[in-house]
Amino acid sequence: MTTSTTTTSTPQLNSYRTGPDERGFFGQFGGRFVAETLMPLILELESAYNAAKSDPKFAAELGYLHTHYSGRPSPLYFAERMTKHFGGAKVYFKRDELNHTGSHKINNCLGQILLARRMGKTRIIAETGAGQHGVAVATVCAKFDLPCEIYMGATDVERQAPNVARMKLLGAKLNAVTSGAGTLKDAMNEALRDWVSNVHDTYYIIGTAAGPHPYPQLVRDFQSIIGQETREQMMKAEGRLPDALVACIGGGSNAIGLFHPFLDEKDVAIYGVEAGGHGLNVENGHAASMTGGTPGVLHGNRTYLLQNRDGQILEGHSISAGLDYPGVGPEHSWLKDSGRVKYVAITDKEALNALQLCTRLEGIIPALEPSHAIAYVEKLAPTMGKDQILVMNLCGRGDKDLFTVAKALGMQI
Amino acid sequence: MTPTRIDRRFAALKAEGRPGLVTFVTAGDPDYKTARDILFGLPAAGADIIELGMPFSDPMADGPAIQAAGLRALKSGQNMRKTLQMVAEFRARDTETPIVLMGYYNPIFVYPTDEFLADAKKAGVDGLIIVDCPPEADDELCLPAMQHGINFIRLAAPTTDNKRLPIVLKNTSGFLYYVSITGITGTATPDPTEVHAKVASIKKATTLPVAVGFGVKTPEQAKAIGRGADAVVVGSALVGAIEKSLGSDGKATAGTVSAVLNLVKSLSGAVRQR
Repeated sequence: MTTSTTTTSTPQLNSYRTGPDERGFFGQFGGRFVAETLMPLILELESAYNAAKSDPKFAAELGYLHTHYSGRPSPLYFAERMTKHFGGAKVYFKRDELNHTGSHKINNCLGQILLARRMGKTRIIAETGAGQHGVAVATVCAKFDLPCEIYMGATDVERQAPNVARMKLLGAKLNAVTSGAGTLKDAMNEALRDWVSNVHDTYYIIGTAAGPHPYPQLVRDFQSIIGQETREQMMKAEGRLPDALVACIGGGSNAIGLFHPFLDEKDVAIYGVEAGGHGLNVENGHAASMTGGTPGVLHGNRTYLLQNRDGQILEGHSISAGLDYPGVGPEHSWLKDSGRVKYVAITDKEALNALQLCTRLEGIIPALEPSHAIAYVEKLAPTMGKDQILVMNLCGRGDKDLFTVAKALGMQI
Repeated sequence: MTPTRIDRRFAALKAEGRPGLVTFVTAGDPDYKTARDILFGLPAAGADIIELGMPFSDPMADGPAIQAAGLRALKSGQNMRKTLQMVAEFRARDTETPIVLMGYYNPIFVYPTDEFLADAKKAGVDGLIIVDCPPEADDELCLPAMQHGINFIRLAAPTTDNKRLPIVLKNTSGFLYYVSITGITGTATPDPTEVHAKVASIKKATTLPVAVGFGVKTPEQAKAIGRGADAVVVGSALVGAIEKSLGSDGKATAGTVSAVLNLVKSLSGAVRQR
């Protein structure tokens, strides 16, 4: 490991909210590790985003779509029975699964499609794992009448059939990717290859807070509405900020969206939950890049990765297609090394149990991704006092996972 | 930097008055021994500069042919240390033909970088082409490589405009690699007239030799592109010849080495034609 660059990421910070720097780094993580063909476009995107940020018209247009199209603000819900069941902290759910299209992914897609339109791009591409991002992209492309192509690993196409049907219905062209293990990382490679070949007219809507700068920043900013709303709603409900935040992490966009507005609140403990798959001790059997990986460079940024000693990327495993990615957004890597956020891992089995528990206790079927967060709440809440408050981001609904869950539980559908 | 093998080779080509042939094959494709035999045979077959691919699991800028080559190499057990060993074996027999390692940053970063550069220099590596290290990341690898006496060869693309070109050229040494198509390796076919115009405009901004690659497959294309460039790079076609020569079990056959070297011979003949 290079140690010379890590010094910038060690604490003594006045704020955890100032990153990235002008070169796109959070400490040693992030950056712009892309082919020269893409560099001019990435610089153009950065300046287009900076212009949009300071344009009140952009904010107004996005705000209108949030309210009238995706249904924001999403509720902050007191999970009363779950709270009683765990016997500790008061548990709240941030209900981003109630957004149009069923997850937090629409927050980012609405922001990026407006950006693509401002840049005059006429064709949209995206990668997807669980299909939630693909559905959100196909949705905004239908709404704004832009042709779109979605890259999805062949394995994921098979295990996320309902979302595949939704994307097709919405008019997206779906490309099943067979290279590698046919999962999210391979889909991202193919989307990058498409982008390199079609830079003149194509905008790439990356689905998570990863990739080359400025994507980690702009995706975070578009998702931060989750945390901003949570602050306001919590002040209204309890008159104070929560004691703990919990969110699941694949690439980490829902988590950074919840966390970012709270990073400088020293009294708010923050937990990111990675996919522990079959267990962190099982080689290539999990998708926990931070708790079970090492730093490296992939898909345009330096971050924690699942890789072997030769720097070859491993496929990883999770029962949840949305967490099955061998990397993580660079800001999370930095928050891990700086110690601000604690990252933990939950296994497939624990997540499956949490999904069932939430369904029975609250009448909400969560997606497998936030079921990992719920499983950690199950461990954390009982260790906290009854006067303490915990918020978990319920970032997606479970309809898409019915077949996977039924199969895992031996149910006949 | 003092003149390197690459500088000397381009000076010799200039004196001969012909474009050079740069050949790309992936280290360890389809296995260590076959790849090494191909490497050993390249200079005699007419390769002026050798690009040796460092296999990577996620080659984002490569088309299907080079993706498959990397996977074959990794499957056969190739890794970075073996790639450097292959260069050292080559260097023991050939002290003049430049070798440029081409690939992606991650396997170098985890090696880690300083140790890699020292080992690469010792093995006899002359240059590096690292697809995902743009000028914005020069302090990561480009500048340390120069300190080790290794040329860092930068790619320029059709999207590199006149404003950006000086940034790309700034720390480039050895030669500039012009990517002749907007896309991934071995897919579209470059238009020689457009390429020549672009190379001519690049040469107004630099005294470095300019090599052209991505999409050059046949001797005819190599000849046409070579007329307006200092060198032509052929990769996917050679890797494709390896693939076609393999047995039904995916292993090398008696014809694998000669399939590649025969194609190099005809490409080399074409760039030598006036």
